Amino acid sequence: MSHGNSPERLAKDDGGHAHQFDDASQQRNAAILGMWTFLCTEVLFFGAVFVAYTVYRYRYPHAFYLGATRLKFWYGAVNTAVLLCSSLTMALAVHAAAAGRRRSTVRFLIFTMILGVTFLCIKALEYHAEWEDGLVPHYHFNAAQFTAPPGPSQIVPAPDYAANVELFFCFYFIMTGLHALHMVVGIGIMAILVAMALRGRFSARYYTPVEVSGLYWHFVDIVWVFLFPLLYLLIQFD
Amino acid sequence: MTNHIVPVKTYLRVFAALMVLLAATIICAKLQFGVHGFAIGTTLAFAIAFIKAVLIVLYFMHVRYSPRIVWIVALAGFFWLGILFALTLCDYLSRSRFEGAFGY
Repeated sequence: MSHGNSPERLAKDDGGHAHQFDDASQQRNAAILGMWTFLCTEVLFFGAVFVAYTVYRYRYPHAFYLGATRLKFWYGAVNTAVLLCSSLTMALAVHAAAAGRRRSTVRFLIFTMILGVTFLCIKALEYHAEWEDGLVPHYHFNAAQFTAPPGPSQIVPAPDYAANVELFFCFYFIMTGLHALHMVVGIGIMAILVAMALRGRFSARYYTPVEVSGLYWHFVDIVWVFLFPLLYLLIQFD
Repeated sequence: MTNHIVPVKTYLRVFAALMVLLAATIICAKLQFGVHGFAIGTTLAFAIAFIKAVLIVLYFMHVRYSPRIVWIVALAGFFWLGILFALTLCDYLSRSRFEGAFGY
């Protein structure tokens, strides 16, 4: 990276860039492309679990519907709103960084972190409620509460039906758990950004880490936007 | 590529749209759709989620103001997810269901 008053540095007054790039703009584009490539891997990472869930939802619709009725719908709805707000504050943080406003950047990053922590707290309350209700697969699952569904013919015996509901909760905990893990990592990244911003590492010319972390945060929000209808919405079945 | 600064108003408008769509999602969950409720409800819920995702990708993630290469990479990710869904479901949805009809 060219420093000081070297001819290269002064010729392109773009805040400096590493030598393998033509200019700062290309360096920034490369960083954004790199993060998008990583997000593509994340799309397939979550996507695989989503596909598996879809297959089993199609296979055991009644059991999965019953499992979904036991989820705390309003916790999920409020969490969605919290995450959408956090996406807004993150976008505003990137905006402030692009404008070179250090205090605004720090302020919005901290708001984003607070909203992220709020999401995790609500999630923790939800997990606790599910533990209390005996809905945690293998560790604390009360199968007795899931008798076979009422109907003219009982095609699947009751124990298998409870196992299918347990499968729903396996998916629920794995999908929301993976998502929560990504949130924790995201909040950690925000903390590092706050520290960097407070040290004056960002300016209107160089705020790429903030922008790229924003991409990650928005992606985690998008995952939740799809998780919420997939798991929580009780689409009326027959 | 110039650093296009998206005005704050745009962010606020997108946020308002997202909250409206969230309300729509919640209403969709509580509505009764009749005989083909499952198909209609699921399609509607996912259409709403898809629109939310598109808004977030275009505006919050700046893809709308990004060079074409970013568009291509972003679309490629979701296209590959589409392949995963399409081919996997092709397999499972075409399997025989004789051993218990739809299953519970």
